[in-house]
Amino acid sequence: MVNFGFTINKSTRIDYDQASKDVSRYVIAHEPSALLCIGCGCCTATCSAGQFTPFNLRRIQLQVHRGELARLEQETEKCMLCGKCQMVCPRGVNTRHLVMTIHKAMTLYNRGELKDL
Amino acid sequence: MDTSSQRHVVVIGAGIAGMEASAQLQGLGYAVTLLEEQPQTGGNLLTWDRLFPFKRPASEVLGELRSRLGGIHVLTSRRILNIEKLNAQFILTVNDGTVLTADAVLVATGFKPFDAYRKEEYGYGIYDNVFTSVDIERMFREERRILTRSGEVPRRVGFIHCVGSRDEKAGNRYCSKVCCVTAVKQASELKEMYPDCEVFCFYMDLRMFDRHYEQMYLDAQTRYGVTFVRGRLSEAAETIDKRIAIKVEDTLVGKPMKMTVDMLVLMVGMEGRTTQLYNSPTLGLSVGKDRFLNAVDEYTDNNLSRTEGVFLAGTCTGPKHIPEVLADAGAAALRIHRYLCQKA
Ligand SMILES: Cc1cc2nc3c(=O)[nH]c(=O)nc-3n(C[C@H](O)[C@H](O)[C@H](O)COP(=O)(O)OP(=O)(O)OC[C@H]3O[C@@H](n4cnc5c(N)ncnc54)[C@H](O)[C@@H]3O)c2cc1C
Ligand code: SF4
Ligand code: SF4
Ligand code: SF4
Repeated sequence: MVNFGFTINKSTRIDYDQASKDVSRYVIAHEPSALLCIGCGCCTATCSAGQFTPFNLRRIQLQVHRGELARLEQETEKCMLCGKCQMVCPRGVNTRHLVMTIHKAMTLYNRGELKDL
Repeated sequence: MDTSSQRHVVVIGAGIAGMEASAQLQGLGYAVTLLEEQPQTGGNLLTWDRLFPFKRPASEVLGELRSRLGGIHVLTSRRILNIEKLNAQFILTVNDGTVLTADAVLVATGFKPFDAYRKEEYGYGIYDNVFTSVDIERMFREERRILTRSGEVPRRVGFIHCVGSRDEKAGNRYCSKVCCVTAVKQASELKEMYPDCEVFCFYMDLRMFDRHYEQMYLDAQTRYGVTFVRGRLSEAAETIDKRIAIKVEDTLVGKPMKMTVDMLVLMVGMEGRTTQLYNSPTLGLSVGKDRFLNAVDEYTDNNLSRTEGVFLAGTCTGPKHIPEVLADAGAAALRIHRYLCQKA
């Protein structure tokens, strides 16, 4: 076959059917206030880490629930645990503990130890 | 209707709900006393300038409702000191010594705007150039101009939605319903006044729920050039030149954003009144956790309180706009009529 130099990019859309829901389930089980988020961005606006890095707690939460898990373990390490986000969240999400929970879930997930909660 | 003309209904609160219900009850043949604690009838509409959706002056709407009050016993600057029940009648003692006997009581005590001081991180009452939607209505009505505290024409203004609503920290979980459309209205009015001023609305969700509101939103975008940013204000700070530096996330871009505005306008929500009346054992009102009054049933008996002979109308049972309030007041008048007919 003649090689015309074309390659096929891997799809970048969210494949919800294939995406893993394990991290999302773990996070909700260990920090149920995760269900309260309405994506207002207040936490991100005020976040100490987000001023200097692309760390974005609102987006990370969505990525968890959509199974977009690449790099989330490293991402959550950027949080300085200052707790400012928790003061501004209008829904009362326990945001700081949420970040820690996501980090823990990702660590387990990457080690293949998450399946059985 | 000779017998019903002998019957007496006392309406508490002369906002638009109380006024409309009084006029309807009088039309049905009842003697009506309308009690208001403020010196004037009108309630919150006294403060508003032009009303959404069509910018009709609030004074015009009030004028029309007042013109229907002929023959109604209107008592302003009056407070109820005591309510007793004697057989099927209510005996109300008013602070001027008057004693009223009523066959039915309608509670139309309305709402109060959220006190923006309580949202301290937004700087109302601390920074010069933080205002509320109520302040803006007052400025439009009294001064016909919107100016910064130092009297300058603003070049950039930010409207903040959901202040004191949808906020667990403020203790108010509910949506106040009218503030999204009020923001769109005020932002458009401001652009109409100052086409060169940059105007932003910061929202969590835009709730344009009624027939003409989406058109107002569309006009705000295209005709007036208002910019909508989906993100909730986290904090505000005053700059050295008395402008306001704000932090939000532009959630659709996915990045935190800072911006400096000349004026910050807080869209305050509606809150239930915590009046003494709500504790009256005779009225036996059921006050919700959100401080609005509970009806017997939210679907089919919206105007019925849990006490026989006591009825509810208007925003005392939750956020409503004017057409809803007037429809609710009419419905309450009919429920009272049905009740008194059954009693006869
Ligand atoms: C910023 C803002 C802008 C708005 N703009 C619009 C608009 O443009 N268009 C629109 O359709 N709607 C608008 N609304 C909604 C509108 O204001 C309400 O629907 C309306 O005012 C409700 O009328 P009401 O009679 O239920 O209550 P109120 O207006 O609150 O009237 C209640 C009355 O009862 C009296 N009262 C209370 N307690 C007692 C007591 N114990 N004894 C005696 N009297 C008592 C009060 O003094 C008051 O006069 C706006 C609301 C807000 C917050
Ligand atoms: S606790 Fe973490 S996520 Fe929250 S504001 Fe601080 S750095 Fe940001
Ligand atoms: S502030 Fe709260 S509700 Fe808003 S995006 Fe962050 S966690 Fe979600
Ligand atoms: S109407 Fe809009 S601004 Fe008002 S509380 Fe509801 S969402 Fe917030």
